[in-house]
Amino acid sequence: MNQFITFIRKEFYHVFRDSKTLLMLFGLPIVQIVLFGFALSNEIRNAKIAIFDQAKDQTSQQIINRFAASRYFSLQNNISSESQIEAVFQEGKIKLLMIIPSSFEEDLMHSRKASIQFIFDASDPNTASTLQGYANAIIMSYQQDLVAGSNIPLQIIPQTRMLYNPELKGAPTFVPGVMALVLMLICVLMTSISIVKEKEQGTMEILLVSPVNPFLLIIAKAVPYLALSLVNLAVILTLSVTLLDMPINGSLFLLIAESTLLIITALALGLLISNSTANQQAAMLIAMMGMLVPTMLFTGFMFPIENMPIPLQIISHFIPSKWYYIIVKSIMIKGLGIAAIWKETLILLGMALIFLFLSFKKFKTRLQ
Amino acid sequence: MRTLLFLLKKEFKQIFRNKALLPLIFIAPLIQLLILPLAADYEVKNINISFVDHDHSTMSQQLYHKIISSGYFRGVGYGSSYKDALKQIEADQADLIIEIPIGFERNLIRENRQDLFVAINAINGVKAGLGGSYIGQIITDFNQEIRFKWLTSVEQITPGQIEIGSSFWYNPNLNYNMFMVPAILVILVTMICAYMCSLNIVKEKEVGTIEQINATPIKKYQFILGKLIPFWFIGLFIFSVGLFVIARFVYGIVPIGSLLLLYLFLAIYLIALLGMGLLISTMANTQQQAMSVAFFFIMIFMLMSGLFTPIDSMPDWAKLIAYCSPVTYFIDVTRMLVLKGSGMMDIRWHFVIIIIFAIVLNAWALIKYKKTS
Repeated sequence: MNQFITFIRKEFYHVFRDSKTLLMLFGLPIVQIVLFGFALSNEIRNAKIAIFDQAKDQTSQQIINRFAASRYFSLQNNISSESQIEAVFQEGKIKLLMIIPSSFEEDLMHSRKASIQFIFDASDPNTASTLQGYANAIIMSYQQDLVAGSNIPLQIIPQTRMLYNPELKGAPTFVPGVMALVLMLICVLMTSISIVKEKEQGTMEILLVSPVNPFLLIIAKAVPYLALSLVNLAVILTLSVTLLDMPINGSLFLLIAESTLLIITALALGLLISNSTANQQAAMLIAMMGMLVPTMLFTGFMFPIENMPIPLQIISHFIPSKWYYIIVKSIMIKGLGIAAIWKETLILLGMALIFLFLSFKKFKTRLQ
Repeated sequence: MRTLLFLLKKEFKQIFRNKALLPLIFIAPLIQLLILPLAADYEVKNINISFVDHDHSTMSQQLYHKIISSGYFRGVGYGSSYKDALKQIEADQADLIIEIPIGFERNLIRENRQDLFVAINAINGVKAGLGGSYIGQIITDFNQEIRFKWLTSVEQITPGQIEIGSSFWYNPNLNYNMFMVPAILVILVTMICAYMCSLNIVKEKEVGTIEQINATPIKKYQFILGKLIPFWFIGLFIFSVGLFVIARFVYGIVPIGSLLLLYLFLAIYLIALLGMGLLISTMANTQQQAMSVAFFFIMIFMLMSGLFTPIDSMPDWAKLIAYCSPVTYFIDVTRMLVLKGSGMMDIRWHFVIIIIFAIVLNAWALIKYKKTS
């Protein structure tokens, strides 16, 4: 036991002596949480649109005003002839062109049917279809107001309540996602080179002849990073609550416990990578190339997992941060307890154990 | 020149000898290119709806069927208590609850107006917003139908309808791959070149071989060029395989703009990127440091370059950061050239900016490099 503590102490020295790296390990998550917490959102705001208003009457102006007032759109140039349409799209300046035909108001009043034409830049289909939803909603609500003015009978009026996030902010989706992403990646990254570095520099042999159990040796490698990650976690949580206005509606203790579980899972995964690779470069590239993109996609905060093809949905089950993301949302926003998330917790726990087991196994084969 | 050729030979040999790295350089990106575009789709569909019907009238059932048959929604419950439905929301099984009050049908006819309640899980604000507006549209339609059925005077019913015609240019089928594949290709090339380049030089530092090279008559610029050129070629190679093999044969994407412009941009972009790798290398002492910094920037590039989330929606300070990243410009150019067939005039500013990036990053790296050694 004494030896074990000595080893842990040694590892702490190693980590703390390299102040540049230490600064990064602390600094990067902070910057990233703040940056992404504020900047990222699937919401589309200020999408640039152009208007080809051939009517130039009161009704068309009212509709244009509604678009101008919406936070989703920002009016750019108006165009005045059909020949300009292609050019404004190719310059990449606008996402949507609204064409109001010249007889708009007349059609609406007399034949009770008028039409509006939208052209979307669908090279970005996500944006195009979202904007279509917003644009239709604006026209719909304009029309509804026309109806309301005319005192129509038999009205069904939906009373809509937005649960958990009444202002429809981006933060409740993205902040837990970024938390999961940053914690996961930083932890894997930190431990992924811990063992391979010793292998590469040749100090591993010295460690192996020492009387310490290899099992404890691996654990000792991870302990300082666990401590560091817990500090990171505290900082990340503080930032999320103070700066990014995230609530913690559930138990803080439970949140910390679950986060620790994720950290351990990620550290174990890092150890596994470290034990399975031959040099630092390979370890880092696996940790980076192999982890960054899948973690980002399959955590579920950017793209809904239920939209993905089935094989990818299955892959997503193997990404630890996906389960953590569900847990964080449940605790922080929905205020639920362990009863609601025991399944996710067990999955994370299982993953941690498997990764640890595999990395011990890999490590032992190296001994022979 | 001969020295440089020898150095290049050595670098290529070192890269190709490293059996652990080769698959990471060449195969991993292509696999990612195959998988990622399939995952990157945030279109709002399959909204799970839980219907709480206290009325159990013909009308409430008709409304339920109308909603389910609209295509956007999937019924996950037709229950009698709001509490149960809320539990479904808590467990993420439902996204939206519609509650029909008792006497819905009767009140509507008698009092001429009737409320119904919609509760939406709004943790994902975009999904909630669109889900709410789809439901609003469906209810309005439904209401219109009821009026047609119950009222006789058409004047009362239709106060003037606005028809909406939508056309989708450049990608009429709203095929997400068209948009994602070119951009993901950019990211993969960026990741490979930036990581590899920054790790490669710092490795010589860490292992100590850089001193041996400094002791030889090899000039510094030869050493640096020897380091950069292989990755420049690897970048070109990966991009070409991605574009001409995977994008074309797997996703059926054929660039409609000028390939010459695309490659010209790529060539300059890679120079800028390698300059960044060089800069990171000269500042870092260990591979771990280099990697942490490279990781930091790549992550920012990736998340803030308009790859996944639109730059226009970001707050102004974040836009500023996005426009300070070379990746932003390359993604934009790739999309414009591949999908829209934009010309030189449309992307001239992109060219100016990327050239500035290339010059500044490389110059900075060279100054730093001389000072540190």
